[in-house]
Amino acid sequence: MMNKICLVLVLLGFLSVANSSYADPESDLEMIRQYYQEMFPDVAFEDYANGVYALDENAREQWQEIEEFPPYEIAVDTGEELFSTPFKDGKTYADCFPDGGIGIKQNYPLFDAESGRVITLELAINECREKHGEKPLKYGKGEIASISAYMAYTSRDNPVNVIVPDDPRAIEAYEKGKKFYYSRRGQLNMACSTCHIANPGNKIRADILSPAMGQTTHFPVFRSKWEEMGTLQRRYAGCNKQVRAKPFELQGEEYRNLEYFHTYMSNGLPANGPGARK
Amino acid sequence: MKVKAKMRKDMVSVKLLAQHPMETGLRKDKETGETIPAKFIQELSCMYKEKTVFIANFGRAVSKNPYLAFSFSGGQKGDPLTLSWIDNTGETKTTEAVIK
Amino acid sequence: MFYKRRLLLRGMLSFTTAFSALALMPGIVFAKWSKAFDADTTDDALLGMFDSKELVSSDQIKFKIPEIAENGAVVPVTVKTDLPNVSNISIFAEKNPQPLAASFTIPEGTAADVSVRIRLGETMNVTAVVKADGKLYSTQKEVKVTIGGCGG
Repeated sequence: MMNKICLVLVLLGFLSVANSSYADPESDLEMIRQYYQEMFPDVAFEDYANGVYALDENAREQWQEIEEFPPYEIAVDTGEELFSTPFKDGKTYADCFPDGGIGIKQNYPLFDAESGRVITLELAINECREKHGEKPLKYGKGEIASISAYMAYTSRDNPVNVIVPDDPRAIEAYEKGKKFYYSRRGQLNMACSTCHIANPGNKIRADILSPAMGQTTHFPVFRSKWEEMGTLQRRYAGCNKQVRAKPFELQGEEYRNLEYFHTYMSNGLPANGPGARK
Repeated sequence: MKVKAKMRKDMVSVKLLAQHPMETGLRKDKETGETIPAKFIQELSCMYKEKTVFIANFGRAVSKNPYLAFSFSGGQKGDPLTLSWIDNTGETKTTEAVIK
Repeated sequence: MFYKRRLLLRGMLSFTTAFSALALMPGIVFAKWSKAFDADTTDDALLGMFDSKELVSSDQIKFKIPEIAENGAVVPVTVKTDLPNVSNISIFAEKNPQPLAASFTIPEGTAADVSVRIRLGETMNVTAVVKADGKLYSTQKEVKVTIGGCGG
């Protein structure tokens, strides 16, 4: 088992070190899927969208109880209201997004060829606001998380479909995100992969670690610990702080590239946001 | 208060999520160091056609945004339900829901 | 004249509000609430709520509560029983500063099946008490409350 893990990590490491023209997100994805399949042969592919609840029965039961009437429902309602409220110039969010912004979250993040950057949903929400004369919302929590929750809700069951086009800039962004995921940082000298690639299902104190595949599908989440909604990047900052690393700016280049790679690893899984977590 | 009232066989199944901070009075404000005063729902009741069908009394240990699930007989689809709560500061809230 | 009328109306309004607020507590008056919910031991809480602490252990109470709480601030609980003539279901969290967490009045026609989410400060025994036919029945479970490694 350890040999298999080592082999995969070496291969992935090789891929990231190699010339970017050899980078192949599709192969990475195939390898990740195979890797988890071997690690957890009894877990169905779709169940990975439930994160840690695909791996632990006791936790799953509590989560299902919470899902009877999940706390994020309030945020979805608020989000819907905010989403439908016109801007000062009379336009709405629907004017900025394809399909009026309904059922599209599974396509984010996406690579914008024109500006040469990765666009996350939250970034797109704020750019929409600025385009129509409104001040941007603070990232991570509050209104932006509510709007994201609503948009996630309308996208439920759509398979995650992050695209890395055959554009060297897109591939570079993906590779940077991948490198971030596998790079050790902080005083505790841990990488995202230390927990979520090498140790899913194992415990860190009394918390059970979730696998990387499926981690992003259920965001934004109502985290009991936060007692409110939070976006994926809010969690990135929190996780970085926990290994005693300085967190990066929300929606800065590092976290956007990270989210790009991270979400790509969940391609094919059903979008099931917003979620409820401990 | 978000309320979901549904007919399940011959019972009315009620699930609700009240919006309330449920402050225990034991927490300290991180910035000022002052104790946040207790503010929590003490009673939540449900009325159906003039009859009280459920009363919940809470102490400080009920979670923020309280959730409740209960069911009663004798209700019909389309009928209204009234849910009310009162907290320790005297604040009250009443919501009506329709049985689906 | 107008001013006096407004004062009167305001006075009436606050009286009505105060009255209707009180009317919301038909089942249990403030004094009794305090005796039970402010008590700092399970025994005192039982006495405050039921005027008795005689509990009979029962296997007819289905008590669903996690073995290891994911988050001590939000612990989902369900108490369900087929004991006849249930009039009350109450939940006592032994090591909480005030053990009585919640008490449910079950009028006739209402199912003896309630779910709630409670706060547990640490690992402890939680007791579900059912008042049926005037007698108090109970069942107990231990819930572990831990510190995870993934705060933030």
